[in-house]
Formats: sequence, C-alpha cells, structure tokens
Amino acid sequence: MPKWFFPGAIVCGLMFAVAPILIANAPYESTMGLVQKIFYVHLPSALIFLLAAVVCGVASVRFLFGGNPRHDRIAWAAAELVVLFGIITLVTGPLWARKAWGVWWQWDVRLTASLMGWMVAVAYLLLRKYGGPGSDKLAAGLALFGMANVPFIYISVNYWRTIHPTTDVLPTLPPSMGFPVWFTFATFFLLFILLLRMRVRLEEQRAQLDALYLSADA
Amino acid sequence: MVKRLLVAILLAVAALGVPVDTQQPEPKQQEEFLPIDQLPPQDQLPAAPLLVTAYCFVVLALFAYLISVARRLGVVQRELDRLQSDARRGGT
Repeated sequence: MPKWFFPGAIVCGLMFAVAPILIANAPYESTMGLVQKIFYVHLPSALIFLLAAVVCGVASVRFLFGGNPRHDRIAWAAAELVVLFGIITLVTGPLWARKAWGVWWQWDVRLTASLMGWMVAVAYLLLRKYGGPGSDKLAAGLALFGMANVPFIYISVNYWRTIHPTTDVLPTLPPSMGFPVWFTFATFFLLFILLLRMRVRLEEQRAQLDALYLSADA
Repeated sequence: MVKRLLVAILLAVAALGVPVDTQQPEPKQQEEFLPIDQLPPQDQLPAAPLLVTAYCFVVLALFAYLISVARRLGVVQRELDRLQSDARRGGT
C-alpha cells in the first residue's frame, strides 16, 4: 500500500466519527422534519455512485485504446464501487421517499436511469466473473454505456419535472445544512479513494499470483 | 315458458343497472391540502424507523464491503507468500 494510505484511513475514520454529530446538529427541514436527515447520506452516496461510474468508464476507454492492464484494474475496482454506492443510494432514497412522497418508488426518469446505471455495473461484474477470456474488452464496452448514462441521470430531473427535486437544491442550501452535507461528501469521497486503492491492490496481487503460477508451469 | 324466462332475465338486468350511488353514498372528497402533522395518528408514518434503517444500512454496507476486500486481499497475500517460499525452497 502507498505511504498515504494509512494516514488517509485514520483521517477517514475520524471524519466518519464527526459526521453524525454534524448531521444531528443540522436544523430540521420545515416540511419533512426528521426523515430529511437521510439526505446527508443519500446525496453524497449518489454523487460518489456517479463519480465511480465515470472513473470506470474513463479507465475502460483508456484500456480499450491503450491496452494497459492497470486501467483495466481501475475500471474493475470502480465498477464494484458503483454497485456499492449505487445500492446505498437506491435503498436510502426509497426509505426517505416513503415518508416524504408517500410511496417507496416512482418510475420517474432520475430513479429509473439510476437503477439502469446500477444494473449496468452489476452486468459488468457478472461479465468479468463468468465471461471467460476476452470478457475484459466486452466489459469495458459495457462500462462506456454506464458512463454515458451519468449526465443523463444528473440532468434528467431538470428536463422531465417529476416528484424528485431538481439539481438546484444543493447550491441553494443554507450553510447550516450545506456544511454537513459537503462534509459527508468529503468523507465518502475519501472512503471511495481508499476503497478504490485497496481494490486495485487486490487485482495487482492477483496478476502477480497468475504470473508466479505461469512461471512455475514453464 | 320462454317468455317468462326472458321477462326474468330483463328484470334481472334492469335490477343490476340500478346506479350504485343510490345504494351507497360516496365518501366526501378532501378539497384542500392538509399538513401531515394534522392527519389522524393512524395516517402518520413515523420517521425514526426509516431514518435508523437508512443509517444502519449505510454503515453495514460499507463495513461489509471493507471486510470483503480485506478478506480477499488476505487470501491472495497468503497464497503469494506460499508460492514465493516454495519457489525459494525449490531454488536452493
């Protein structure tokens, strides 16, 4: 692991300890009350979900056109994090919606596109696990669709007005609510970097293991 | 006989055609917005269980993934160490 990893992990742990205090001290939203506090984990996880899909897509493009296995490892690691942060987004959202909207789920564009983006990442991982030789290139192609979906997910709420709030919410938050949400985002972002590095390290070690087995056979 | 049967069928159809609203009055429609805290208690959904479930899920999902990656790293590391020690013993 690189030198920055363990200090980064300690900082991330401390941030995770502080975040609930900031969230608890944030004021209640006037119409939704207590349940709106789900926002402080829902929005950061959704942003990291989109970021991970972009990282997976960019690394896949670089792997497709450059052939560097390091980019393939980054794409694979990022795809797992798309699934992780995607499931957090897709579970916390309905828990909030049940109280705020009266329903668990709405087939609106934002929610449906997010679900599709998550399923693309699941398909990527299944392809990598069971696809056999050549699945790395096929999966990289699939990751491009996942990345192309990201701007669509983000702007969809502004073009197709449904029950989901628009992208104007975040910039217009008062500082008392904005600071906790940006702090939680920074915590999730640091965790994303650490998990990505750990997962890439796993693939590096697997590659090393394969090389050792091949040299033993030769 | 057939005539009586036809008359019975016509009477039955006419009886079914009686509007339902004459038998059962429609519930009164709510015509204005009602704040959630003014709803009767049985219609109000408690927020705390939803909030607790959301935060527990986030912590558990992140922790489970962290454990999963650490476990996989440990397995690969042990296998690497074993192969490297076998290779060293074979070389000496």
